[in-house]
Amino acid sequence: MMSFSFDGFRVGISFVMMCIVYKSAVNSLPELSPQKYFSTLQAGKASLAYFCQADSPSTSVFLEELNKAVKPLQDYGISVAKVNCVKEETSRYCGKEKDLMKAYLFRGNILLREFPTDTLFDENAIIAHVLFALLFNEVKYITTLGDLQNIENALKGKADIAFSYVRAIGTPEHRAVMEAAFVYGNTYQFVLTTEIALLESIGMEDIKYAHLYFFHCKAVLDLTQQCRRTLMGQPLTTLDIYRFIKSMEAPLLTEVAEDPQQVSTVHLQLGLPLVFIVSQQATYEADRRTAEWIAWRLLGKAGVLLLLRDSLEVDIPQQANVVFKREEGMPVEFLVLHDVDLVISYVENNTYIEERQEDEADDMEGPDMGMQDDEVAESVYRDRKRQLPLELIVELTGETFNTTVMASDSIVLFYAGWQAVSMAFLHSYVDLAVKLKGTPTMLLTRINCANWPDVCTKENVTEFPVVKMYKEGENPVSYGGMLGTEDLLKFIQLNRISCPVNITSIQEAEEYLTGELYKDLISYSGVSVLGLFSPSMTTAQEDFTEAGKYLKGCVITGIYSEEDVLILSNKYTTTLPALLLARHKESQVESIPLANTHVQEIVQIITNALLETFPEITVENLPTYLGLQKPLLILFSDGIINPQYQKAMLTLVKEKHLDSVIPCWLNLKNTPVGRGILQVYFEVLPPLPLLVVVNLHSGGQVFAFPSDQAITEQNLLLWLKKLEDGLESHITILSAQEWKPPLPAYDFLRMMDAAASQHPTRKGPEYMKETDIQENDKQPEDKSAVRKERIEL
Amino acid sequence: MGLSVAPVWGPPGLLLTMALCPALTLHPAEARAPAPRDYCVLGAGPAGLQMAYFLQRAARDYVVFERASGPGSFFTRYPRHRKLISINKRYTGRTNAEFNLRHDWNSLLSHDPRLLFRRYSRAYFPDAGDMVRYLGDFAGRLGLRVRYNTTIAHVTLDKDRRAWNGHYFILTDQKGQEYRCSVLLVATGLSVPNLVDFPGSEYVEGYESVSVDPEDFVGQNVLILGRGNSAFETAENILGVTNFVHMLSRSRVRLSWATHYVGDLRAVNNGLLDTYQLKSLDGLLESDLADLAVVKDPKGKLHITLKFYLEESNQSAEAIPLPQDDSDNFAMRVAYDRVIRCLGWKFDFSIFNKSLRLSSGSEFSKKYPLVRPSYESKGSRGLFVLGTASHSVDYRKSAGGFIHGFRYTVRAVHRLLEHRHHGVAWPATEHPITQLTSCVLRRVNEASGLYQMFSVLADVVLLKENGTAFEYLEEFPMQMLAQLEAVTGRQARHGLFVINMEYGRNFSGPDKDVFFYDRSVGYTEDAWQSNFLHPVIYYYRHLPTEQEVRFRPADWPLPRPAAIHHILEDFLTDWTAPVSHILPLRRFLENCLGTDLRSFYAESCFLFALTRQKLPPFCQQGYLRMQGLVGTGSLRQHRVESGLLRDYAAAGKRREDSGQWPGLREPVDQPEAPGPLDQPLNSNKEEL
Repeated sequence: MMSFSFDGFRVGISFVMMCIVYKSAVNSLPELSPQKYFSTLQAGKASLAYFCQADSPSTSVFLEELNKAVKPLQDYGISVAKVNCVKEETSRYCGKEKDLMKAYLFRGNILLREFPTDTLFDENAIIAHVLFALLFNEVKYITTLGDLQNIENALKGKADIAFSYVRAIGTPEHRAVMEAAFVYGNTYQFVLTTEIALLESIGMEDIKYAHLYFFHCKAVLDLTQQCRRTLMGQPLTTLDIYRFIKSMEAPLLTEVAEDPQQVSTVHLQLGLPLVFIVSQQATYEADRRTAEWIAWRLLGKAGVLLLLRDSLEVDIPQQANVVFKREEGMPVEFLVLHDVDLVISYVENNTYIEERQEDEADDMEGPDMGMQDDEVAESVYRDRKRQLPLELIVELTGETFNTTVMASDSIVLFYAGWQAVSMAFLHSYVDLAVKLKGTPTMLLTRINCANWPDVCTKENVTEFPVVKMYKEGENPVSYGGMLGTEDLLKFIQLNRISCPVNITSIQEAEEYLTGELYKDLISYSGVSVLGLFSPSMTTAQEDFTEAGKYLKGCVITGIYSEEDVLILSNKYTTTLPALLLARHKESQVESIPLANTHVQEIVQIITNALLETFPEITVENLPTYLGLQKPLLILFSDGIINPQYQKAMLTLVKEKHLDSVIPCWLNLKNTPVGRGILQVYFEVLPPLPLLVVVNLHSGGQVFAFPSDQAITEQNLLLWLKKLEDGLESHITILSAQEWKPPLPAYDFLRMMDAAASQHPTRKGPEYMKETDIQENDKQPEDKSAVRKERIEL
Repeated sequence: MGLSVAPVWGPPGLLLTMALCPALTLHPAEARAPAPRDYCVLGAGPAGLQMAYFLQRAARDYVVFERASGPGSFFTRYPRHRKLISINKRYTGRTNAEFNLRHDWNSLLSHDPRLLFRRYSRAYFPDAGDMVRYLGDFAGRLGLRVRYNTTIAHVTLDKDRRAWNGHYFILTDQKGQEYRCSVLLVATGLSVPNLVDFPGSEYVEGYESVSVDPEDFVGQNVLILGRGNSAFETAENILGVTNFVHMLSRSRVRLSWATHYVGDLRAVNNGLLDTYQLKSLDGLLESDLADLAVVKDPKGKLHITLKFYLEESNQSAEAIPLPQDDSDNFAMRVAYDRVIRCLGWKFDFSIFNKSLRLSSGSEFSKKYPLVRPSYESKGSRGLFVLGTASHSVDYRKSAGGFIHGFRYTVRAVHRLLEHRHHGVAWPATEHPITQLTSCVLRRVNEASGLYQMFSVLADVVLLKENGTAFEYLEEFPMQMLAQLEAVTGRQARHGLFVINMEYGRNFSGPDKDVFFYDRSVGYTEDAWQSNFLHPVIYYYRHLPTEQEVRFRPADWPLPRPAAIHHILEDFLTDWTAPVSHILPLRRFLENCLGTDLRSFYAESCFLFALTRQKLPPFCQQGYLRMQGLVGTGSLRQHRVESGLLRDYAAAGKRREDSGQWPGLREPVDQPEAPGPLDQPLNSNKEEL
């Protein structure tokens, strides 16, 4: 290209060369005097010259556009120049007034056309007009249907026609058509119109854009027949017209008998897919007719081939009747499509998707929004094929619900089959049923609220999952613990006894406190609580009973209010009313006096008593300790904790040195996710065990106990002192980032706007009144008066 | 069972009488006036009984006036051929009672499962007699207070500052007895047959009186005026015995399967379309009926001509000019034995005094009284129109003119009244934000009111401060959105979602091909192009203003939202697919709220709790309150396999082997980069 344009230039003179050097742009507009200009003109060569007054401004919109057109016009062998009309050399092309300057097109020194500058409004218009003038014979401009029919008739059996409609001369589409005509003008007859009426008369309905039709006239032998027409589906750009015409030149239907994977035609090079219609010997004639029919329908959209199955060496699936090859190198798709329309729509859709994917790649690369990033939904979905032993759980329905929960003590899981969280919990519930199998505790039941919403609403269940316990003569109780097997098991087991239990003798009370009384329940409740009251303390008893009920399923509570209660209060050195807390692991009983303590306070006292002084922190119990709003002092241990460390810690706790923190330890064997935590805390992980203070509630700093020091009481105390004094620096600060949406959503509003703006010629105002909307679909009935007599079928 | 709810309107009536006592002496004229009723319902048809039910349940002072001796008198005569075209679908394969109402077009709403229409008829298109029986049971079993044999002949207004609305409605019955009502609920349906007025219209028989015995039509040429379901129903009955049936109407036939409007011609009645297109002598014509004239020849045959021919000539019986004199292929040049008018009905405006300013709707929906989107008359406060007569709100759009639609709009009106006069806020449930996706999903998958009254009634989610909780309101008249706070007593200060059901924008219409290829959309990113009824969710940062609702974009049921989401249409109307339906919905909701709505297992929450200062809402509202989701071993295994969970146990061992820790310090924004998944996208494209 470069050399070509340079050649074009060499016909000029040294002045031009200087211009090039001076402006350092290869294709800038040469400025010549009239005399010089006319001396450059060569016979047979076309040239466009703009004549202007020497003193006119050197820049104008027109000159800018003309400058842009230099290079493309040179590609077509047309030179361009600006001619300065100096006083000495007047030319008849130099207008008399500044604003009457024009551009002139010469071939050799013959004037072909003159253009007022306003018709050459931009680069496209310049190129379109110049080529239009030069290709006067190759491109016929018509205005009536008659013109078109005449041309069509004249060319039948001789040549094909490229007929295009553009909205106006000088548009980008017009330029594209003219550029195509420059290349193909000798092969095809180009016909151009700007008349919408003409297009309407050949049956187009939606005329908003430029159109190009290919009239297949060459093959028409019978002069009474119409030429077949193929509409170009793409917008009119030079490249697309080129592709379209190329695909018109390709054979309509090719027969092949080789592996479709290996077949390649010009279509693939043009970016069009290939469609193979699979044919068998027996049905060859019919298949060929079908294939031809499809080929016509897909002309310009895909290449169509007839694949002869019988002479094929490779195997293709037995049922497949269509093979689709999207592009070179892609594996072919074998399809079963029983309808010609299905073939057409398959091809059109697949081509469309491909284009769209390119679009998307442009403006939003990045994560796949269709990728499941919810771990609960994903794990439940992945497990959907596994058969759960649901038969261990009674499924309730609208009919059986009431009778079942009234007939026996029951646990009911309310869930929704489509909701992942409740389905995940159903798994745990099934595990629980397996554990409890054969032990007569409570009836385990479930009800799918997606099937029985009225039951769930009646039971006041509006969220999922919910677990409720139904016991005869009692109001149903909602389970409020962790949604897991262990915690629910504890809830069920502890509910076997009706807390607070009434203890009736001193001996029974002692058995209760030692854990003998409810031996099998001790593993679920590490603490047994006994309220001691004298028989007259009715209010205190009621409060305690209330608190016991509230904590039902969470801890064992009992009440003793016999006349001889003083024996117990004396033994445990307390005054009435009082609480006795029996910690079974430590085999010790603690007493707390209850003076004027209300229900809420009793609950709080008992809940606090359940907390351990140096607990092993686990996934299940962390929330309980986080509720205390203190920094955590965590000892990370790989396996069971070293007794020495434990002792050191317990000593510090006992001496009240650790009141400002929650001392605890984490067993990485039981809680492997602890490793994930350490990875966040430490850049380089020192050897275990590790002791850290995590200030979760204010600031998020993490401090690490120096790993080169031994974990002893003294070292710990010193370190904690330094921490308190602000002398220790943190190893990291926990991210305070908010939880934002992990991925964007589809912007349907934008897509709808984009679709709406593609049809800018919408009739009527964008906004309408409410009343107008209703009348929108009113029939155009008013016209009926006009066609009174035309009552017809 | 019978009367389960005792009459409760005694006490308030008594109180009002006592309050009036001092006034009595001053205004002797008022002495005759009875104590006002709070609510008067006109008509004991389906809509009147439905309203009576809600008033009764709320223990309000009400009475229903009915001129016939039993409820549903319209159905004792109509449809003439007795076949209701409202679907009585007894089996859906589902037990969800709410869902099943989506396919039960005849039942009224009640708490009594015995009062479901499927217990009254086995027929898919049931007999009208069963409807009468059903309505009788509905009124009887629920003990609704209906005054039968009471014809309200006149309704007028009496200004009174003490009245709820500044005036009482004075109803006068056929005996001259007066009733005073604070609120008037008009559920009288459309009772006046539409007539045509042209020369010779006296020869035209009406649908309401024409014979239904096919024997009476044997060998006759029949012309039917109209193109609605009553016209086709009449034709269907006689197709087999007539020479031919011609059907003439002003505009082209509208097929309900194309318009998605149940009031248009239903396939159950369309035998004539079939015989017309197969050229079996029957036919369909379009012309303005007002231009017609019918002349009777001496043999009693009826000829169609045009009005202006008659005007020109001197009308001597023999020489009447006919169109075929000018154009000899005039379609209706054949003589008819019968001309039958089946032009539908209109509202009876005659009993309402002018002071009520109850006017008819626009040119387009003239047969209905003009009402606001709240179903309150534009002319007088306190007058509500219910049932078929209220259809101007959604004529040719939704189902508000039919039982399966207005049973919900009646409920909406009742909820508005409960708030206006009794201070009872619109019912709502409050939930933590983590339940938002589930709440929306539950409703779009089962709610019948949204489904039947699509684009008229919509659910509304009102966000609470900080977006941590929300209130869920069901079936609110969406055109009232701007007035939501005033009419419901709920607050919408922090943004809201509106959940609607919609057909595709350009899918429905009398001239639309609704069976075209690729009419169904199968990819989530194309969900906005869904054609069949599907849920659409609008997000607004503020309650739209009245102006915004009035001047919304054309074709939009609501003003332009801040963001919009379409849930991909589904062949089974089951929007519970994890990736195609739930995931895009969650992404939409969390992007509107600016938060992360994923659910997490307790283990993940544990990790976040110890490694981040903030927790996602699911962990905050679940795990931190000791209600974390623990999960099971097999589910944990799936999480590891999906790449959504790092296997720390395994990772630990490997590290011990290599003896060093890789310094992974990246913020744990997402648990892990999601691994590759099997996308089930390719298989879910179905032909709808």
